[in-house]
Amino acid sequence: MAIDTETVKRVAFLSRLKIEDDKIKEAEDEFNKILNWVEQLNEVNTDGVEPLVSVNDSHLILREDAVSDGNQSQAVLKNAPQAQYGYFTVPKVVE
Amino acid sequence: MSDLTKLTIAEALDGLKKKEFSAVELTQAYIKEMENKRRLNAYVLETPEIALAQARVSDEKYANGTNGALEGIPLGIKDLFCTKDIRTTACSHILDGFEPQYESTVTSKLLNAGASVLGKLNMDEFAMGGSNETSYYGPVVNPWSKDKDLVAGGSSGGSAAAVAAGMCAGATGTDTGGSIRQPSAFCGVTGIKPTYGRCSRYGIIAFASSLDQAGPIAKDVRDCALLLKTMSGYDAKDSTSAKAEVPDFEKFLGQDIKGLRIGVPAEYRPEGLNEEIAAYWDKGIEILKARGAEIVNISLPHTKYALATYYIVAPAEASSNLARYDGLRFGLRVPGEHLDNMYINSRTEGFGKEVKRRIMIGTYVLSAGYYDAYYLKAQKVRRLIRQDFLNAFEKCDVILTPTAPTAAFPIGDKSMAENPINMWLNDVFTVSVNLAGLPAMSLPIGLSKEGLPLGLQLIGKAFDEATIFKAADALEADVKFMEKK
Repeated sequence: MAIDTETVKRVAFLSRLKIEDDKIKEAEDEFNKILNWVEQLNEVNTDGVEPLVSVNDSHLILREDAVSDGNQSQAVLKNAPQAQYGYFTVPKVVE
Repeated sequence: MSDLTKLTIAEALDGLKKKEFSAVELTQAYIKEMENKRRLNAYVLETPEIALAQARVSDEKYANGTNGALEGIPLGIKDLFCTKDIRTTACSHILDGFEPQYESTVTSKLLNAGASVLGKLNMDEFAMGGSNETSYYGPVVNPWSKDKDLVAGGSSGGSAAAVAAGMCAGATGTDTGGSIRQPSAFCGVTGIKPTYGRCSRYGIIAFASSLDQAGPIAKDVRDCALLLKTMSGYDAKDSTSAKAEVPDFEKFLGQDIKGLRIGVPAEYRPEGLNEEIAAYWDKGIEILKARGAEIVNISLPHTKYALATYYIVAPAEASSNLARYDGLRFGLRVPGEHLDNMYINSRTEGFGKEVKRRIMIGTYVLSAGYYDAYYLKAQKVRRLIRQDFLNAFEKCDVILTPTAPTAAFPIGDKSMAENPINMWLNDVFTVSVNLAGLPAMSLPIGLSKEGLPLGLQLIGKAFDEATIFKAADALEADVKFMEKK
């Protein structure tokens, strides 16, 4: 499955990354090299094999649905590049 | 005083208890080494004042008899562990100036046991790399370098180099595909990645959550046992943390290994395996055999598919985990006209090349239309890889293999730079263990003709680090004995 320039651009946008136009070809070649390499997995017969999502055999433990923490807004905002009035600030999203 | 940095953690604890030296003196000795060896670029942040303040508290605790299990031991912390109010960046530009407001579970356990923090250790950006060259702060220089600067391995390159160079008594590392074991082998030190779920992942900056595990890197097997015991244990803050009892790993040292079944997998001796590494592997087998262990030939038939599986699963999880870096809540923010431009500008400037590569691969394999062909397929092969180990462990108790296919290579190696897959091949003997969630240790076995350290790997059953410690201690004792001869 070789991928084309459009797919590289689409994946870059989905990843919220910018690839300069003069680097697209390089990225495309590298992408294809890697995908060709991982396609060796097609040699493996996986009929009837359950996908392995977690190596933990036990089920995830449920906790009580109760508040266990809070009043941390200062700590949460401590590392914000921009914050105002106790909120994160973002560029305008509504015209 | 710099002789103090030669002591193992066990020896240093002994000296502290006997009041032969103080925690402050021990810490000062390490601070001096840390300053003398800055050329190695092992630390990205030095915190000598914090370490000394902690050491003064430790000396008081020794005086009043309330000393903890690691009281007064100066450690280096991989920059992937969140340390409260101490800059933590995962060695990425995108986390510039990030000061966590909480402490990771593993580091808080170490601090509670009395250890002190000398600083934050260099690593590959977000733990993605095998040579420490993807770090925003530049590569670590391997202390064993001769005429040319060699890599320390990665991603825990700073941890392994700092331990090898006496710049800390021990260090924390993390291992997603070999990131504790490969740098340990390259730098001639000992490191263990425990069973998935053994150490809490809370507060460790996430790379690939189903594979990431913390573990210690130290001067020898005993020190690994001491550190791992403190680092381990159930934590409600990590939903994958295991409710398994933590044994006193040190108790398994110095035991008779007669009758212990050592598995030797045929697939780890591919055609063209480096001859010296093959010979040292044989030597390891001989040592264990001479002590009465039984050598069992085993097969792990899906080994050759482990790397490709890993390089689908790990980037997929990474692309999801790294979606949180949006320039909004922490770290680097590069302005943009609209919200999307701000995301794109921040991420494009903040992430390095290898991280971007993996985010894109991960995004692609998870995207509609490709999910089944890549991601689901990889998860199925992952089960087969795990099953191989379960089958093998019916015939043996622990598995012995080389840790890495080569010794440390030069910084800026051309073939590695040309093709990312060449760099990824470094993980060929280590990734299967992460995919299967098993514990594995790397320990030094000897030096190459060029005088560079080589390591062997011991792989155990899930939650059976104890048997690894048992076999590793026997191996280490004979290797040390031969070095002295």
